Amino acid sequence: MAKSIEEINEKIKKGKAVVLTAEEIIDFAAERGVKKASQEVDVVTTGTFGPMCSSGAYFNVGHSKPRIKLGGGKTYLNDVPVYTGLAAVDFFLGATAMPEDDPRNKIYPGKFSYGGAHVIEELIAGKDVRLTATAYGTDCYPRKTLETFISLKDMNEAILFNMRNAYQNYNVAVNLSDRVIYTYMGVLQPKMGNANYCSAGQLSPLLNDPYYKTIGIGTRIFLGGGIGYVVGNGTQHNPNVARTEKGVPKMPAGTLAVKGDLKLMTPKWLRGTSFTGYGVTLTVGIGIPIPILDEEILRYTLVKDEEIWAQVVDYSESYPQCVPGSLGEVNYKQLKSGKITVQGKEIPTSGLSSYLKAREIATILKEWIEAGKFFLTQPVELLPSVDSGIVFKPLKERPIKKR
Amino acid sequence: MQKKRVVFNYPPHVVEQPVISKLVKEFDLTVNILRARISPKEEGRLVLEITGKRQALEAGIHYIRELGVEIQSLAQDVKWHEDRCTHCTACISACPPRALDVNRQTMEVSFNRDKCIACEACIPVCPYQAMEILF
Repeated sequence: MAKSIEEINEKIKKGKAVVLTAEEIIDFAAERGVKKASQEVDVVTTGTFGPMCSSGAYFNVGHSKPRIKLGGGKTYLNDVPVYTGLAAVDFFLGATAMPEDDPRNKIYPGKFSYGGAHVIEELIAGKDVRLTATAYGTDCYPRKTLETFISLKDMNEAILFNMRNAYQNYNVAVNLSDRVIYTYMGVLQPKMGNANYCSAGQLSPLLNDPYYKTIGIGTRIFLGGGIGYVVGNGTQHNPNVARTEKGVPKMPAGTLAVKGDLKLMTPKWLRGTSFTGYGVTLTVGIGIPIPILDEEILRYTLVKDEEIWAQVVDYSESYPQCVPGSLGEVNYKQLKSGKITVQGKEIPTSGLSSYLKAREIATILKEWIEAGKFFLTQPVELLPSVDSGIVFKPLKERPIKKR
Repeated sequence: MQKKRVVFNYPPHVVEQPVISKLVKEFDLTVNILRARISPKEEGRLVLEITGKRQALEAGIHYIRELGVEIQSLAQDVKWHEDRCTHCTACISACPPRALDVNRQTMEVSFNRDKCIACEACIPVCPYQAMEILF
């Protein structure tokens, strides 16, 4: 018999909801049988904690006296430039932004030890950051310079807004060249000396709802240690990829755009991150509850690491040159064992997404629901799925002829 | 037999003396040099693994100290900031002696100082700056 979100919320209110993590449900359903498990279990919680570059936050810092129009000028938080193409005191800080005097890769490989993501981490840790700005001055906003300390509690709004998070599966990165390369998938040793992967596998949110049958616009989630919402599909959302028989994408597919109040978040679950030779990024903790509305939805949450396959991709040539092709397929059970075999060669593996922390997030979310502190939402609209006709396009360059 | 991983800090006047060969010849110790560096000010820094009989080891270290070389155990110079570690396992395949290791059941990362050879391979691969080596 199918359940509704209202019925599940009613059980949560009474403290009677049965909640299991995406890891626990596997054995539970194996013991009880799928049918019984789908009747007994109300919610399965998922989690992921990995680097997600398309993240950032917008702020309203309040008006100074006299007023200043930050738009059209330059504004920085701890020397990291923010985007000010908005009204007077609103701006957006991107996770990967870095101070103008950071040497980048001029001293190769660059360290990228501080950037937008680190500013976000410091703000939610309650620290003061330096807000500095220069502006052009207008009749209504006469002030031209600003230098002040500011903290999160001083601001009117501080909202985390990530336009692409929680990738549904990802590549396994290797390096076929004969030199060390520094990528967003970590440091890759020559001649397939190592392989790096980045997914929480069987705990990952979108791998437990592969056709987006429950997750959609308005889904309430664990975000950065606080509460957030799915605001839509993320950029590059690409449901139309090769999938297994059970519907699990075998390559990067769906993505989420999420938002949440930074003032509720904690530095434990939003971490400034530095990839040597690549840049700065934000490691984001996300947990999504999956309402077990019927047997089909439960079946999807039973996905195991050995049923989730990923493509091994060369990051020395194939990836940078956009040459399609995979060196082989491996599953997350193999990846998590510490070694995989690709084209006859045994390669040590490392993760970039923390499985330990993903499990902790799924467990925290489970506890919130059990304690009646977190209720599920009915999405306003589901995410575009395989019937959407979405095609993930490359940039088609059309040269601009000079006259 | 005993084994010790230590860091020698040489003042400039000792740098040109054949200290290590004396440890081998006169104290019958096995010395494995893990790292060696002489700074622009000509101070030397050696990371060693010394193996030998307990008494010989103590006598050798006493001799080195008399020369004015500062000695400390390697563990003090390598720091795993557990609060910064997210247990992502990025370091695991990069650590040659498996000082950084992961429990495959829980996927929890741990650091065993006694195995660390201070090669610094973990430094560029940790995205959270959780490893620190004070050289």
